[in-house]
Amino acid sequence: MIAFAALLERLAFTPSRNTKIALLKNYFAETPDPDRGYALAAMAGALSFTAAKPAMLRALAMERTDPELFAWSYDYVGDLAETVALIWRGRAERPNSLPPGLAEVVEALKTTPKADLPELVAGWLDISDSSSRYAILKLITGSLRVGASARLAKTALAESGSVTPDEIEEVWHGLEPPYTPLFAWISGHAPRPDPKDAPVFRPPMLAQSLEGVDLTTFNPSDWRAEWKWDGIRAQLVKTLGGERVYTRTAEDIGHAFPDLLEILTDLDSHVVLDGELLVMQGDEPAPFADLQQRLNRKSPARTMLRDRPAGVRLYDILFEDGEDLRNLPFDARRKRLETWFARLSPPRMTLSELIPFENFSELAALRESARSEGIEGLMLKRADSPYVPGRPRGPWWKWKREPLTVDAVMMYAQRGHGKRSSFYSDYTFGLWREGENGRELVPIGKAYSGFTDEELKFLDRWVRAHTTARFGPVREVEQGLVLEIAFDAAQYSKRHKSGVALRFPRVARIRTDKPAAEADELDEFVRTFL
Amino acid sequence: MDWLAPEPEGLFCIPGGFYIDPLRPVACAVISHGHSDHARPGHRRVIATPETLAIMRLRMGDDRAGDVQQPLAYGEEITINGVTLRLAPAGHVAGSAQIVMDYEGQRAVVSGDYKRAPDPTCEPFQVVPCDLFVTEATFALPVFRHPDPAHEIAKLLHNLRLFPDRTHVVGCYALGKCQRLIALLRQSGYDRPVWLHGALISMCALYETFGIPLGELKQATVAEKAELRGGIVLAPPSAIADRWARRLADPVVCLASGWMQVRQRAKARGVELPLIISDHADWDALLKTCEETGASEVWVTHGREEALIHALGLRGIKGRALRLVGYEEEDETESETEADEVTA
Ligand SMILES: [Zn+2]
Ligand SMILES: [Zn+2]
Repeated sequence: MIAFAALLERLAFTPSRNTKIALLKNYFAETPDPDRGYALAAMAGALSFTAAKPAMLRALAMERTDPELFAWSYDYVGDLAETVALIWRGRAERPNSLPPGLAEVVEALKTTPKADLPELVAGWLDISDSSSRYAILKLITGSLRVGASARLAKTALAESGSVTPDEIEEVWHGLEPPYTPLFAWISGHAPRPDPKDAPVFRPPMLAQSLEGVDLTTFNPSDWRAEWKWDGIRAQLVKTLGGERVYTRTAEDIGHAFPDLLEILTDLDSHVVLDGELLVMQGDEPAPFADLQQRLNRKSPARTMLRDRPAGVRLYDILFEDGEDLRNLPFDARRKRLETWFARLSPPRMTLSELIPFENFSELAALRESARSEGIEGLMLKRADSPYVPGRPRGPWWKWKREPLTVDAVMMYAQRGHGKRSSFYSDYTFGLWREGENGRELVPIGKAYSGFTDEELKFLDRWVRAHTTARFGPVREVEQGLVLEIAFDAAQYSKRHKSGVALRFPRVARIRTDKPAAEADELDEFVRTFL
Repeated sequence: MDWLAPEPEGLFCIPGGFYIDPLRPVACAVISHGHSDHARPGHRRVIATPETLAIMRLRMGDDRAGDVQQPLAYGEEITINGVTLRLAPAGHVAGSAQIVMDYEGQRAVVSGDYKRAPDPTCEPFQVVPCDLFVTEATFALPVFRHPDPAHEIAKLLHNLRLFPDRTHVVGCYALGKCQRLIALLRQSGYDRPVWLHGALISMCALYETFGIPLGELKQATVAEKAELRGGIVLAPPSAIADRWARRLADPVVCLASGWMQVRQRAKARGVELPLIISDHADWDALLKTCEETGASEVWVTHGREEALIHALGLRGIKGRALRLVGYEEEDETESETEADEVTA
């Protein structure tokens, strides 16, 4: 637990991605199984213990502390687990035992009945130092935000061997904590774990933005065009081992979409599909906000399923009945997709149509005239492109319709005024740039409108749960939430650190589906809008 | 005790006619230690340990450190108007003293700032039994328990091994913390040169004249960036988050302070590696000290006095908050003014 606690502490205070990766690599190298596997699981959000609640912690601490002193301390520290970790006094001074191991804690939490938990936890706290106590308390309450995402942990793990993070993703969902076969493979002591029939995630192929690319050098007959639908990219997986709905960041969101899982269950085919997840209104995609509603529900009510039914526009097929199709050219995969679709005609699924065109100016005109709610722009895909995980430059391009939006990351939040004074409703957002100490966010503006009341509640909750520091009325938040900001114009500004200012910025959408690292760059923003 | 009184200028010994750590120029001042919120310029007569007087002369110049400077070594006694005065080690920084006053069979001890943890750069705190004990309360909440500083130094050295190409800049205030850090590094076997921001050099030199060896020290401001790679640079806290530190090679920003115990504080200061090293008494040490003096009454000068007085009450000791303003939370503010003075 000592090494894990030290890792958590370093990760929490380190802004640099490279440093975080170095710290994680060092931890994985120096920590034996199964501890390192449980640490990985904790960071990937793969552990949850339902029995331990904050109220239990408070009660434990109160048994041993004067209530007044506890209140003053909690007030000063501002975080319950941290207060308890710091204020805790062991029953015996300087006991000779070490803090419990990470694996010991995880395994005991899984098996201990709720009634026995307080005594168990108190025993652990008694033999731990304050930073181990903090790690234990955060672990058992499941509020372990460590300043490292699951993806970052997997990247560090990949770098400590000679595999890629995408290769890890392809076996990840077939494995369980503490991932011993995974570590054995990465350190070269065992073959790649075979996910066999597990419904694992396949890292998706992503498109680059067409901004600044000269279309006149393209031969139209080499290219295929599709609408870019305004939902979230999703992967539908059905294997012998089960069904899954993944986001493009490998998050399993099946619990929010039981209607889709049901269709997959009934499907008479083993398949991996790539498509756009949408909420449908008849045959048309509903506004994005409707999808947002579905995404925010852990398990949707029946009325929600009826009023906001999910659907998928299919873009691609990756596997069909055990056959890996990813190396086939786009045209060939498309044929397979069409044939498969014609054979099974699964409910709630539609093919994303190919748009015929002679030349790119024709396509550009189409793109401007397409004002349907569900269309974000166009996708251009090379006819001969294999399906390559990641974001290769060249084979796929996205050509967005409405240029005056930017995907920014929330940095600070402040309480609003009047009836909103109890909500964190004013958001400072920023874009990425290469700073002296690596990639950093630089604020470009502030938005306090554009969202629905439902979205405001979500944002307020998000801010409170992800606060990293407070400065008077302002909260600094984790750099983890992407806001699509719409604005009327951009101009140069000396008053702003970023050198740019936006006119009438407002929150167009909350992009919980988009990793913060993929929000827009300041450089690109300046090139595009100024 | 009716012969010691909190006045706007500071604590006043009525029969002795002297102030303790006064905030404004007075005729006669007894100074507990050299930190700028306790030792202020412009007094007519100053009584302090020889080390504290030397520190005052270095910081404010000979002429402003008191027209008459009267050294009083630890344990020596003088009598002023019937008040017997002596100084006892406070363990805070070099020369730091508790002020012990005996008058008509009663004894009052004003501790100044103090700590109980061992410190190779100063004399250890001495418990002086008394009737009235006057204490600070900087870290008077039960969440403050300073870890073993050797553990914090190990954390720094471990990080240095992990990132051997990065310059580790450690924020620390110029008087006391800086020298203690160097001594702790030496104790743990670190024998490479320690680099110093220009603002820290003269105080280290003075400590060496006190007979406190600090090993090889080099000035960081004139050094080449490349030479500092993988090195330890000590700098005033105000310099670590500033352009000065950014010029160094891929710096790891560290800060040595008792406040680093609380994560929000460390985050708010932009610190990457917090080191919990404090020159003040933590919660346990405050309570232990108040009890060990046997005082029936404890006055609290500054800090989180409500919590301390509450806890003393539970132990049957009468507490009183003096709420003296002007004494600062060193790690937070004093250091910054110090650095500003030097760079200005
Ligand atoms: Zn002091
Ligand atoms: Zn002080």
